[in-house]
Formats: sequence, C-alpha cells, structure tokens
Amino acid sequence: MTVSRTTAFSAAWLVLARDLRLAIRRPAQLIQPLAFFAVVALLFPLGYTPELGKLRAIAPGVLWVGALLASMLALESLFRDDVSDGTLEQFVVCGQPLVALMAAKTLAHWLLTGLPLTLVAPVLGIALGVPVAAMPGILCSLLLGTITLSLIGAVGAGLTLGVRRGGVLLSLLTLPLAVPVLVFGARATELAIIGESLMGPLYLLGALAVLGITLAPLAAAAAVRIGLE
Amino acid sequence: MSELSVKNLHVFRGERHLLRGLGFEVPAGCCLQVVGANGAGKTTLLRVMAGLLEPESLELSWRGEQVTPRDPDYHAELSYLGHDPALKSDFTAAENVAFNVGLRRRVASEDVRAALARVGAEKFSDRPVRSLSAGQRRRIALAALWLAGTPLWLLDEPATNLDVAGQALVASLIQEQLSRGGLVMAATHQDLGLPAAQCASLEIGHRGVQS
Repeated sequence: MTVSRTTAFSAAWLVLARDLRLAIRRPAQLIQPLAFFAVVALLFPLGYTPELGKLRAIAPGVLWVGALLASMLALESLFRDDVSDGTLEQFVVCGQPLVALMAAKTLAHWLLTGLPLTLVAPVLGIALGVPVAAMPGILCSLLLGTITLSLIGAVGAGLTLGVRRGGVLLSLLTLPLAVPVLVFGARATELAIIGESLMGPLYLLGALAVLGITLAPLAAAAAVRIGLE
Repeated sequence: MSELSVKNLHVFRGERHLLRGLGFEVPAGCCLQVVGANGAGKTTLLRVMAGLLEPESLELSWRGEQVTPRDPDYHAELSYLGHDPALKSDFTAAENVAFNVGLRRRVASEDVRAALARVGAEKFSDRPVRSLSAGQRRRIALAALWLAGTPLWLLDEPATNLDVAGQALVASLIQEQLSRGGLVMAATHQDLGLPAAQCASLEIGHRGVQS
C-alpha cells in the first residue's frame, strides 16, 4: 500500500468541508440563530416604540446584542456531536496538528453563523430605521466582530467539553470576553448611523480579530485536550 | 528488538492511583492482549498510549526512539479505536471512512470500497450511519482502521456489539496486521486464535498493578 500522508492544510480543509456538508444536511441548526436574531431585533419595534427616530437611537445596541446572543446560541453545538461520537478523540490522535483542525472548525462555525448573521443585519437595520448609507459600515463592523466572537466561542466551547449541559456555563465564560467586541462594534454602528467616520472602532475590531486568529485556535486546542481527559 | 517499549507508567486521577508502574514491550508482528477486571484500567492504559490522557510518569520508546505520547509523528503511526466508533450519523458509511482515513492519508474511493468489502459492509456502504445497528457501525470503524494502515493499533474492546462472524473478523484483521509486521495492543477477553509466539498478555490486577 502506498501511503502519502495528508498535509495539515488538506486535513484542515477536509474538516472544514465536512462541517459545511453536515450543516447542509441539517439546515435547522443553520436557520435557528438567524431566526433568533430576526425575532429579537423585530421585537423592539413592537415592545418599545414603532417610531423610527427612537428606534434608530437604540439600533446599534439591538443589532449587536442580538448578533452576540445568536452566535452564542450556535456555539453549544460546535463540539457537542464530535465529542459524543468520538470524532474529537480521533482529531487528537490522527497525527495532524490539532490547532489547524480547531482553526478549521472555527472557520466553519463563522461561515455558518457569523457570516449569515452579518448579511441579515442590514435587513433588520431597515426595520429599526437605520439609513441605507450606514449599511456598509454595519456590514464591516459585524464582519470583523463575528470573527472574534466565533474564535472566543471556540475556546469557551473547548473548555466546557466535559460539562454536561454546559450551555449556561459557556455563556458565562464567553460573554464577558465578548464585551470589547460589543463595545467597539456598537460604537462603530452608532458612528455609521450618524454618518461619521467609524475607522477608529473598526481598527480596534480588526485588531481584536487578528489577536483572536493568532491565539484562539491554540487555546481551543489546549482546552480540547484537557476536556477529553 | 522491541518496537514499542513502555516503562514506569504511573497514572493518577486526583487521589486515586490508577496504574502503578506498568512496563511492557511489544516486538514487531506481535499482539499484546490487555486483560483485567472491569475498572482495572485497561481503557486508561490505552488512552495513555494514544496520548489522550496525560500520565504522571512514562518512559515510552517507539522504534528505538524516546517519544512522548503526544508527538504528532508517533500519532501518525498509530490508530486508536475507542468505545465510540467516531462516525457521523448523517454521513454514509463510505463518506465516514473516506473522512476518517483522509485525515491521515490520501484515499481513493476504490480503496474505501475495498475496505468496506473487507469488513463485510459493502451492502450498507451507501446508507446513512443513522440507520445502521451498533454492530454495523463497529464494522465501519474497523474498515477505517484497516484502511489507515498504521503500524500500531490500539484497540479498546474491538469486538463490542459484533456477532460471531464479526468477532472472527476482528481476529482476522489483527492477524493480517501482525503478518505485515504491525503491532496491536488490544483490551479484549476474546480468544484471538493467535500462535503463542505472536501473542503476549498483560494483566492489570488489583489497584492497577501488573500481575
């Protein structure tokens, strides 16, 4: 038998492709966070006031808290199936760098939740009275912010692997870490809505994303190793 | 010359001393059958060997070189078959084998077919794993193990859920692995039908002491 070892890059690609295919076969998990985000955002016009001027003032907070909670909602299932069917153990023993496989799983999670949430946000923004001119800024800030949220979430999900029904613990762990993203993201959205330059908070969101991309897969891999013991 | 040698293996979990000073050697083409009562530490031993569990002390040498059980190069040479068969219920048997083996080495779809035929799973190779029985899943896991072609197999109760023919299949897969110079460590009480020269047994006794 001729054996050519899979490179770390193609192993990560396999994991990414597998997670995307699994999600397509189970679309409910894909739609749930989006539906949650839409319902939360649309409850405000009903519960607070239908007046667009007032809604516009709270739109940054509504959009960001909604996106944050929706992406949290999808986190619980990030590793759950892989732990219960033994796949995660195989990731550890397959001879591939676990960091690369974790990065692939996080990227898949972002493509399946963070990216759709970002794309839905402008539509919800319109319902909250956000002017169309603010949409590019909102898209950019959510794009950068949700990347960081997925990365923080992967570390949290790794740490709560061994915990039965770890959903609440997972939120308690990750929400405080997500505060900087929330603060700068909401600020960027606010600046976009009033039509001022939002480069400051966007740079900070970018810096957080870079920091996350560099460190989070390492931390997630370490957390998964501990969690499996 | 032993391919795999373990000395001075101690595992603690909190205050409990699970394995106390285990040591053994496995030459090429040999099977080490790990036996012991339930809870004696067979699974713990295999998980340590697979690098899933950090031992308090271990001198491990693989092919004459000192390695740690978390070395990726050592991992690339071993396959671990645990209690869970690591299959995705939404994927077909063939897709599962292609993914699990694909993490380690390149596979063609003919190889996957051949592996599934080897374990008698060709009839359900295109059915989603969700619809398969525990024994059928175990066969698929065995197909991935066989196809990965690694020199060291760590098998934890490989014949769980299998019928009589399935148990014979496990024995024949192990024999095939040994005949190509591979090593097997198996926690099983099943008679593998191996000649005495190819089979040693390691008994973990009371309080994790080797007996």
